Amino acid sequence: MTIDGATPLGATTPEEVAFAQEVPRGEPILEVRKLVKHFPLTKGILFKKQVGAVKAVDGVSFDLMQGETLGIVGESGCGKSTLAKVLMNLEPATSGSVKYKGEEISKLTGSALKAVRRNIQMVFQDPYTSLNPRMTVGDIIGEPFEIHPEVAPKGDRRKAVQDLLDVVGLNPEYINRYPHQFSGGQRQRIGIARGLALKPEIIICDEPVSALDVSVQAQVINLLEKLQGEFNLSYMFIAHDLSIVRHISDRVGVMYLGRMVEIGSDLEIYDHATHPYTQALLSAVPVPDPTARESRDRIVLVGDVPSPANPPSGCRFRTRCWKAQEKCEREDPALTVRDWLEGRARHDSACHFAAERENG
Amino acid sequence: MPDRNDAIPDDHDPLRNIQPTDSDHLDYVGQQGMAVEQETLIEPDPVKREQARSLWGDAWRDLRRRPIFLISAVLILLLVLIAIFPGLFTSTDPRAADLTNNYLRRPDWSDFFGAGWFGYDGQGRSIYARVIYGARASITVGICVTLAVTLLGGLAGMTAGYFGGWIDAVISRITDIFFGIPLLLGALVLLNAFATRNVWSVVIALAFLGWTQLARVMRGSVITVKQSDYVVAGRALGAGTGRLMFRHILPNAIAPVIVVATIALGGYITAEATLSFLGIGLQDPTISWGVDISSAQKVIRQAPFALFFPAAALSITVLAFIMLGDAVRDALDPKLR
Repeated sequence: MTIDGATPLGATTPEEVAFAQEVPRGEPILEVRKLVKHFPLTKGILFKKQVGAVKAVDGVSFDLMQGETLGIVGESGCGKSTLAKVLMNLEPATSGSVKYKGEEISKLTGSALKAVRRNIQMVFQDPYTSLNPRMTVGDIIGEPFEIHPEVAPKGDRRKAVQDLLDVVGLNPEYINRYPHQFSGGQRQRIGIARGLALKPEIIICDEPVSALDVSVQAQVINLLEKLQGEFNLSYMFIAHDLSIVRHISDRVGVMYLGRMVEIGSDLEIYDHATHPYTQALLSAVPVPDPTARESRDRIVLVGDVPSPANPPSGCRFRTRCWKAQEKCEREDPALTVRDWLEGRARHDSACHFAAERENG
Repeated sequence: MPDRNDAIPDDHDPLRNIQPTDSDHLDYVGQQGMAVEQETLIEPDPVKREQARSLWGDAWRDLRRRPIFLISAVLILLLVLIAIFPGLFTSTDPRAADLTNNYLRRPDWSDFFGAGWFGYDGQGRSIYARVIYGARASITVGICVTLAVTLLGGLAGMTAGYFGGWIDAVISRITDIFFGIPLLLGALVLLNAFATRNVWSVVIALAFLGWTQLARVMRGSVITVKQSDYVVAGRALGAGTGRLMFRHILPNAIAPVIVVATIALGGYITAEATLSFLGIGLQDPTISWGVDISSAQKVIRQAPFALFFPAAALSITVLAFIMLGDAVRDALDPKLR
């Protein structure tokens, strides 16, 4: 018997190593605590002086569970995409912690960061700009293997790329084509194949379907769901389309002005929202049925989203909230379960006066 | 994953209507996999099937149909041929002077490709032979200066644009300083410092002062490309600086640099001729159009042809390179196709 065979951890391939540290379903795989990303605002030409900061992400905490899909919704400019970039370590976090399987990853650099990148990958919003126009599809999907040569031996790479094309529903013969020869949906499949190449455990999808036609959106969403089952992936799914998020997500987090205002299972958020912002957001979803449209009660918010460089004191939503009182100005509401809530309404909500809407 | 249709409790719940009603198109639930296969793939013409197209391929296809490109390309090929093998075009020695017989003799149109075709200059040398032999200096200066400024400026612009921050600030300020020096005036001063002045000293002087334009173009282009999603995607995969620069950014940022360089090439040939004309660039016995234009100006009243032929050769060469640059620029910009 060789020494290799005698070792208790006879794991030789990367897949087996991954299985050895498998996190059971339902356990947190990514723990985000008080994550902050401020972009400094500077003044002066030669001697730059910081005069403030755009608080794009300002103290966001949540867990991503193994095998689940966490949807993140919120209007434009609320910090969704910045959150994704910070989680991917594409932007350094100002403060806070991101733990992958209990290991702090937000301050990693060099080869340690490169190793973590194998496990967390991203699918981009615009399939027209996220693929290098000068590289063939084979080069684009094969590039992860060149960067991480341990994933696929040199001789197997072409085969691995063709397998990936097959997995995402593209003809493996298209390997020598250029991105501009594909439609938007096909390009997004190429982007997904690139994200899958390193066999990651977490895929962060930053509005992966918002640049696509509605019919193609469905195909890409179905593909993502199919792949989740096949590869045991955990998704963080960022979108502004509430119906798609409801469809794909197990849990949903709602963001407003750099903060998470409410988080819970899709049912808790969509049918038992307790935060006024979530209620207003949901009431704005277009309803195709005219009779249902008349019967429902729309909440129209007044004013604009305050500047993230100078957010309101206390609760950030208070300037547009119909429930706002003096307490909201003084105290920043914590994202916790309020004692008085019952049933499905008992989930994390950052409102001093959290309550379900009376007429649903 | 649980079937979410079951989870919706109440028919009259308005939020239920978040679910799309047009089930033919958007019924996500329960049809997984089927909808995926419905996507119609763009099936290409079976004949053209494996013909991969790229920006450069398209540009080349477009260029071949442009008369301006064809004319300039033929001219440039001819000029390069003349520069490399001048002996193929004339058998006369450009330095052979016959002061007794040929001094400022007028062009003899019947003497095709012969010594007297374009007449004789002030020292009785064949102007035709000198125009042919003068091509080498001009073309060498033009091509070498262009290559040097593309490398130098490209590297400086790429470094500044990619790294940004203080590196960009330092490189950009240096670029600004060099940009402030007028090309001809700076070259006059520089060439004065050289002990011997030949083609290479002119190349060094022009390259030293000319790289700024390309550095600026390259910097701007790199900054634009650097922000694109595919570069971010490369970083997310863990790609290093070298891979990002040379596989993702450079191929996508180089097009405007090539265009500017091609157009600038004509300018460098003119600059060499100007310096030679001013007596500070190339000098006798080096044969160059600029040197000949300079010596012909003294006899312009008696023998205008002595000025005309080298000047015409210079103009045609510069025009050919500028036309080529124009055509390449148009072909590389899909919006102009």
